[in-house]
Amino acid sequence: MSGVRVLAGTRKGAFVLTSDGARKQWEVSGPHFAGWEIYHVKGSPADPARLYASQSSGWSGQVIQRSDDGGATWAPVGNQFAYQGTPGTHQWYDGTPHPWEFARVWHLEPSLDDPDVVYAGVEDAGLFRSDDGGQSWQELPQLRGHESGPSWQPGAGGMCLHTILLDPLQQGRMFAAISAAGAFRSDDAGQTWRPINRGLQSEGIPDPDAEVGHCVHRLAMHPSRPDVLFMQKHWDVMRSDNGGESWREISGNLPSDFGFPIDVHAHEPDTIYVVPITSDAEHFPPDGKLRVYRSRTGGDDWEPLTTGLPQQHCYVNVLRDAMAVDSLDSCGVYFGTTGGQVYVSADSGDSWAPIVRDLPAVLSVEVQTLP
Amino acid sequence: MIRVVLPAHLRALARVNGEVHIDITGPVTQRSVLDALEARYPMLRGTIRAHGGGPRRAFIRFFACEQDLSHDPPDNPLPEAVAAGTEPYLIVGAMAGG
Repeated sequence: MSGVRVLAGTRKGAFVLTSDGARKQWEVSGPHFAGWEIYHVKGSPADPARLYASQSSGWSGQVIQRSDDGGATWAPVGNQFAYQGTPGTHQWYDGTPHPWEFARVWHLEPSLDDPDVVYAGVEDAGLFRSDDGGQSWQELPQLRGHESGPSWQPGAGGMCLHTILLDPLQQGRMFAAISAAGAFRSDDAGQTWRPINRGLQSEGIPDPDAEVGHCVHRLAMHPSRPDVLFMQKHWDVMRSDNGGESWREISGNLPSDFGFPIDVHAHEPDTIYVVPITSDAEHFPPDGKLRVYRSRTGGDDWEPLTTGLPQQHCYVNVLRDAMAVDSLDSCGVYFGTTGGQVYVSADSGDSWAPIVRDLPAVLSVEVQTLP
Repeated sequence: MIRVVLPAHLRALARVNGEVHIDITGPVTQRSVLDALEARYPMLRGTIRAHGGGPRRAFIRFFACEQDLSHDPPDNPLPEAVAAGTEPYLIVGAMAGG
């Protein structure tokens, strides 16, 4: 019987949650790397046994861990992330030039077809690639070297490259998103990049429709239709039907269009999920009710999903990398909270149940669908 | 024989228990001790000081013989008691939240 493996990164370690296809009974393994912040854990689509984890701490910096047996055992691999050439500067919070400094890996994106190839999105915003299973890392410097780079500014969480999407249909096309610079696209495997932010409106920047400077929180796409992109921005939920050439707002009837994660149903490319958060100042759900919102129409028209989720006194957040979907016949949806819960819905969001309730604050959730 | 004590999170990373014992040929300095430590435990590279023998990470401290050596030049000789193995060289995570 097929099953799932959920990979949860938390403030104090990683956890591996496994279940069969029913997704009712769960086995919990962890904490792995106890005491360290685990920003992201993700498996290779080409080899589900190959996992990569970003492990970091304020004391000892960045470590990358690799598992070749589905998370049963791990070994550290390379952790040297050196910006190529003279790093230059970006804007600091006070508007002064600030040298690019590596802080941590926010996101690891394994290649779709080679388990030894993996991309890393880092803070300060940069994109790295490893071709040897994480042993060594080389920057793809053209993104950071974009002419707008010196004007990029950090968001409140740091200037992070947090989203990497690999186009499964068009070889070499990839998308990246940076807080707070915006979304970028490459059509040549990262050799050249251009901003794709036309249509975004951000009140927090001097020119609301500037080419760069937008605080994009997350991008998502369905693999069968990579020209259609969905975006949760600082405020506003957005959609592009042309690979990011232009965007339109699809916030519709959401109670708040502020939030962090966004994801797409595994089998229905126009079914999307967000978790509205009250505001940029109040990082918790409106009215203390934890509600996932689902649109079955590709946006604009949203319904709250509440069954099994706390509907009073709930003041957790769901961070940008903390939502995932599996590809079982009945699509599973997962998210983790800053309160340490990981929730699962085995019926596309209609009903929810906690897998675990008391983990450290959850930073990321990924899921692998196993044969 | 030099005795080195790692903080708990780095002992876990290096998969060691208790003190690490290393041998140094030549001058016993903070640089030579850290070079030897990283040679034996490559996974510690970048976690105590920058790659390539660069500066100490901000929240790591070096103590020995009840002295804070964190700000000493890395090529200064370590105390004789450390070089003789009667006192350990302590690599410490600074008390800084978390």
